[in-house]
Amino acid sequence: MAVEAKMIDIIVEQLSVDKEKVVPAASFVDDLGADSLDLVELIMAMEEEFDVEIPDEEAEKITTVQNAIDFVAKIQE
Amino acid sequence: MKRRVVVTGIGLVTPLGTGTDKTWDNLIHGRGGIGPITRFDASGHASQIAAEVKDFSAADWFEKKQVKNLDLFVQYAIAAAELAWKDSGLSVTDENRERIGVITGCGMGGLPTIEEYHQVLMEKGPRKITPFFIPRVIPNMPSGHISMRLGSKGPNLTQTTACAAGTHAVGEAFRHIAYGDCDVAVTGGTESVICPLAVGGFSAMKALSTRNDDPATASRPFDVDRDGFVISEGSGMLILEELETARKRGARIYAEIIGYGQTSDAYHIAAPPEDGEGGARCMAMALRDARVAAESVDYINAHGTSTPLNDRCETLAIKTVFQEHASKLAISSTKSMTGHMLGAAGGIESAFTALTLHTGIIPPTINLHNPAPECDLDYVPLTAREANPEVAISNSFGFGGTNGVVVMKKFSE
Repeated sequence: MAVEAKMIDIIVEQLSVDKEKVVPAASFVDDLGADSLDLVELIMAMEEEFDVEIPDEEAEKITTVQNAIDFVAKIQE
Repeated sequence: MKRRVVVTGIGLVTPLGTGTDKTWDNLIHGRGGIGPITRFDASGHASQIAAEVKDFSAADWFEKKQVKNLDLFVQYAIAAAELAWKDSGLSVTDENRERIGVITGCGMGGLPTIEEYHQVLMEKGPRKITPFFIPRVIPNMPSGHISMRLGSKGPNLTQTTACAAGTHAVGEAFRHIAYGDCDVAVTGGTESVICPLAVGGFSAMKALSTRNDDPATASRPFDVDRDGFVISEGSGMLILEELETARKRGARIYAEIIGYGQTSDAYHIAAPPEDGEGGARCMAMALRDARVAAESVDYINAHGTSTPLNDRCETLAIKTVFQEHASKLAISSTKSMTGHMLGAAGGIESAFTALTLHTGIIPPTINLHNPAPECDLDYVPLTAREANPEVAISNSFGFGGTNGVVVMKKFSE
């Protein structure tokens, strides 16, 4: 739960979107208006916040809010 | 036959205020915008003063997400361009969008962001550099963003000729319209580098005033006690328009641009030649282009930086070009109030020159209490003058020995 709440905050901050829109199924590009550069910056913010390193090939798979939460939760296990 | 080009819009973001009315009102009342540097702790610097833009609120212009990816020099440029566009009354349509160009000038680009991310690079490594670093710092981003916001699809260029950049932008825009490459251009200059590297760098060249105890009188062009320029920031944008296009829609016309000159000193990286010959040839070239006699010029908005060298050499250059007429025309340095806006200066000063012709009021050179012996022309000291000038020129000279001059005329059919 802690990961999810933090992740939503990061997404709201980085993409300047309303919190209500940041639902698990939301796609960063299609639903939250991110472009490719926004995605890179979003991944960097996740790395900073959760103190993890996300390799590019993993980052490419993170396309929705749920993907991001799952990835960080898994890496922290 | 070249087409005629007129100024139909002006937008200003300066240390004298955001908006043309505010800046112009302060300018003609001799109120300057210089104070202690607040952007960073300048206590270790030789020069600790600047003219900072004080009333600009990014939230008035941009969404939150946009702000963090736009350097101040880009923000100022977009705001000034939108003010100018609104002022012109033009609208972008599918019929005209490919005929609208954007040609701006900028001396340095996003130096504050370069400073910030150099530190990130050193402390945290290359993986921590934001993907927005490059789009934030490259000097042509103002022109790019302005075209994206307007939806204008004509020529898109940027001049990076140091302190002459704004004037070269206006001159090039004038030429693009005259030669038919576009019918309308958003043009001018922008800059925002009140940061440790720029202040330290200009200080190392002994270019900046160190009158830290009295910032309001630090910019004193042509005065015997001048000791350097005062760093400043902001943006000045103009809408230039082909005369027939402007006429057809009944546009308000501030002035007509009639000539443009550009020369090199081929002399030194920073200093002008002692006789100011590069500047002189530039003024002469601009007057030839304008097909007006030197005697018909009533007003010069001088480069007038307040450095010992510029003001002496510019005065000599004016005497070379205008001969006996040099002592009859009015000259002023608006940098006495705005400070030196570097790449933005030519945009701002082109706007001031157009406003001078439009209103008939010549802004003063403030702080000019004791003209230097080698500066013996009429610099409109201390107070503005109502004079109704017909023809005016605006001078800009940049490091690297590059010069730019535009000639404007009070509009008449």
